[in-house]
Amino acid sequence: MEALQTLSWSDTWYLAPELVLSGFTIILVLLELILPKKINRDLIGWLTLVGLLVAGVFVVLLLLSLGNGKEADGFYSLLGGSYRIDDFGNVLKLVFIGAAAFIVFTSLGTIRDEDVPIKGELYYLILPAVLGAMVMSSSGDLITLFVGLELLSITSYVLVASRKKSNLSSEAAFKYVVTGSVASAFILYGMSFLYGLTGGTNVSAIQAGLDNALINSEALLYISFFLMIAGFAVKLALAPFHAWAADVYQGAPTPVTAFLAVVAKGAAFAMLYRIFMNTAFFASEEESMLKNDIFLSLSVLAAAAMIVGTAGALRQRNVKRLLALSGVANAGILLTPLALSLTEMNASMFSEFTYFLIAYAFMNIGAFAVLTIVARDSGNETLSGFAGLYHRAPWTAVAMTILLCSLAGLPVTGGFFGKLFILFATVQSHTYWLGAILLITTVVSYAVYFTFIRQMFMRSGSIDSGLQMTLPTAITIWICTIATLALGFLPVPILEWLDRLFSLPTDLFL
Amino acid sequence: MLDNLPVLSLIIFTPLIGALIILLLPSARSNWLRTTAIIFTLLPLALLLMLFAMYEPSVGGGEYTEQSTWLTIPLNIEVLNMPFNGTINSLKLGFDYHLAVDGISLPLLLLTGIVSTMSVLASVHIRKRWKTYYFLFLLLLTGIYGVFLARDLILFFIFFEMTLIPMFFLIGIWGYYGREKAATRFLIYNGLGSAAMLLSFLILIATLGFSTADGANLLFSGNYDVLLSNVTDPNAIANVDNELFRSLGIFMSENAKWAAFILLLVAFGIKIPIFPFHTWMLRVHTEAPPAIVMIHSGILLKMGVYGLIRFVVFLFPEQLHSWSTTLAIFGVINIVYGAILACVQRDFKLVLAYSSISHMGIVLLGIASLEEVGLQGAIYQSVSHGLISALLFLIVGSLYERTNTTQLSELGGLAKSVPFMSGVLLVGGLASLGLPGLSGFVGEFLSFLGLFGSMKIVTAIGVLGILFATIYVLRSILNITYGSMPEQFAGMKDARFIEALPMVTLVAFIVLLGVYPSVLTDLMQNSFNGFIDQIQSRMGG
Repeated sequence: MEALQTLSWSDTWYLAPELVLSGFTIILVLLELILPKKINRDLIGWLTLVGLLVAGVFVVLLLLSLGNGKEADGFYSLLGGSYRIDDFGNVLKLVFIGAAAFIVFTSLGTIRDEDVPIKGELYYLILPAVLGAMVMSSSGDLITLFVGLELLSITSYVLVASRKKSNLSSEAAFKYVVTGSVASAFILYGMSFLYGLTGGTNVSAIQAGLDNALINSEALLYISFFLMIAGFAVKLALAPFHAWAADVYQGAPTPVTAFLAVVAKGAAFAMLYRIFMNTAFFASEEESMLKNDIFLSLSVLAAAAMIVGTAGALRQRNVKRLLALSGVANAGILLTPLALSLTEMNASMFSEFTYFLIAYAFMNIGAFAVLTIVARDSGNETLSGFAGLYHRAPWTAVAMTILLCSLAGLPVTGGFFGKLFILFATVQSHTYWLGAILLITTVVSYAVYFTFIRQMFMRSGSIDSGLQMTLPTAITIWICTIATLALGFLPVPILEWLDRLFSLPTDLFL
Repeated sequence: MLDNLPVLSLIIFTPLIGALIILLLPSARSNWLRTTAIIFTLLPLALLLMLFAMYEPSVGGGEYTEQSTWLTIPLNIEVLNMPFNGTINSLKLGFDYHLAVDGISLPLLLLTGIVSTMSVLASVHIRKRWKTYYFLFLLLLTGIYGVFLARDLILFFIFFEMTLIPMFFLIGIWGYYGREKAATRFLIYNGLGSAAMLLSFLILIATLGFSTADGANLLFSGNYDVLLSNVTDPNAIANVDNELFRSLGIFMSENAKWAAFILLLVAFGIKIPIFPFHTWMLRVHTEAPPAIVMIHSGILLKMGVYGLIRFVVFLFPEQLHSWSTTLAIFGVINIVYGAILACVQRDFKLVLAYSSISHMGIVLLGIASLEEVGLQGAIYQSVSHGLISALLFLIVGSLYERTNTTQLSELGGLAKSVPFMSGVLLVGGLASLGLPGLSGFVGEFLSFLGLFGSMKIVTAIGVLGILFATIYVLRSILNITYGSMPEQFAGMKDARFIEALPMVTLVAFIVLLGVYPSVLTDLMQNSFNGFIDQIQSRMGG
């Protein structure tokens, strides 16, 4: 075994985003303790936002420095490959930080004290959660990946419980802790098999030992991979492992729900990419069907998620539960590129995945922002709260319509092109059945999303006064709407940027 | 004078500009809003008439073609490099902004221009939320023009979808009692059709659309011309069957062809609608406001016909040829089923809806013939039916304004109180049952003539089927105009000028097409000329 590589001072530059976030977390925890009660805790929210933005700036700088070709290989590897600064990680980190920043920004002024008594906590706990997500998208070692996963999971459990006076919130947190820990246990158990069979925790070491393991103990590898798939399926809320999602999304405060839907899900995908593209992708020993079976089970999971999520959302009246189930269906769509990456022709569907993830982030954060405002006004989170919204706040209704069209995958929106590219990949790889399911569930989902539109435009509500809008929320809604449209009208720049940045050998293979 | 202008883009986007202007107008000024909408509906019609005047059938519409690259999306090439030994510079997915006009789309474009103008005039009966209404109306119009002009698969798809959302609102907000259900049903059925279409298009793009510019730059193109030239070219990559192209998925196997063909048939079959897929269309006909049904029955159904001819007939003639009997039988089912059910309806709107199904069956027969005459007949019948059903629904709207009912049992004797409208109704009905001298006759005649050569028995049954048209048309029209008049209808006023104007115009066009068919047939002549030879040579080979 080679000597342990340690961190040097010069490495702090590469870890700057992570260090900034941990620094801000510590400062804000102390600040929350020290600050007198009189001071509005929105201050902590603003500081959280500052922390996220500083970290974001560092990520951009790193991205640019890699793009300039400063590093010969286009990536930088720390601690013997257990931490990697590459374009895959950086792009996803940027998405997570951006999403978290929007979520924090929206909640400024909309979170009520009677609902979330300790507001400061809700803000500063976002930071370690994002840190966990960043570690997950940037590690090349099973142990580091798992640490990131737990950091994200445990902070999320606390965040879900932050509506301290609500029974629903406590119930949600409890369910989340139980299912989440079981899932972590599954993942860890699966990882331990990989370690046992190949003798390494570093994914490159695993990759090296994989052929041998395939020949000698294929059955154990099957167990290992399928344990991990099951664990990740819970984390991603893929059907049939999605039962917790609706309850947890409903119980959590709306900003936290948006965070779970976007950042937590995206981070789990990042980790899945990191592990599977380095292990399962290379499990192509001639005699073995393992790679093909993993591809098949991932596609079946994706299809099941699309079907179950869409069908479940059809009958849902509670908007948060509805969006949770729509998130299940979208997780299925997001899983499709990863599954297809394992087929011969389509290795690296990173652009398709990231493009849809970005579109998904914008449309979800926008929709949750509208929901926050509408629910605060009508006092409940059911669909009927949207009744007659067009007459009360026509522009918000129009923005929501655009976001919903994107969720439904109608042109010309980000969601449309996101789905189109993934669909094209299924056709290209001759996985027609998956494409057909993607299309059919998309059409059925029209019925789901157009229920909102019916409520907003064709019904009259019980409230006649205008909608009480806060400025940060309004800004968020509009940025998300415009971004959704921009992704639809100008998908080329971002896709070209991703294509230029990303290269499979340097950014994902170790 | 049209030389230097992008005419086709102007036709598509003038309504969109109108829609944006409407957004800026105050919502209470219904007159301003209506005038703006009328102006921006008339402008594309004016452009189309100029285009029609200058169009030379022997030359075709080539000079008006607009083509530029719209989106090129890089695809990952790292894996592709392996089989091609690293010589690939780029692999892209490209969609073009490609518009063109020819003898097939021009008649339908003219139909769109005329019917939309009449429909916007008929929108005087709309009573609420004018601003949203006219905004959506113009948006819908942009979508329709786009469908008929687009020559890129994805562009076509986007315009096709663009008609869905405005229609959903137009039905759901301004319709009758069951409007929301009708709107949702419309959305889901057409959504399924679009889904089938998109899957088929992507199969086409991934195979027929594949081309190599110089061996190193590969492109999956959605351009219709590329597909059309690849489908007939035996050396095109999609038609070369070897191990490499098979493993790359760019060889188009027979199975892939059949899959794409059937998916397209389903997609456009829902739109037309072909028999088992027709239920959504009945609801739209009964629940949507009449002005919108004019658009729907008059134009939107024809998008299905257009798609069928443009994509199925031209790209898959072999498949269609071997299924032509099946398609003809479906056509006959449409004719007979629609006609029989139209005979027993109590609601006049449903009579018209079923008669639409019946008439669209005739279009199917024309397409199934794969003969020049038949195909011309299909388009002729589409245009004629578009005008006739627009006229009939225009009258339905005006009658409903006065009587508040469309039930046949509650109507009667209207010839006394509203003689003008009753007269126009009779003309529309006679055109619908195919009286010679009016447009309906020509379309039916051409379609049946085309099919008669290859399928005599099927044609005969179809002709028998349209005899029912006489029964249902006369039954319902006589019921409305003659007989005893309920008392409350005594003081009714006949059509106002703004109502009479579109009625007279539509009647004029119906008569024109009836007595002087070469207005349209000359346009279409050259569009099919080369094509028929080409099909026959392919069938032979």
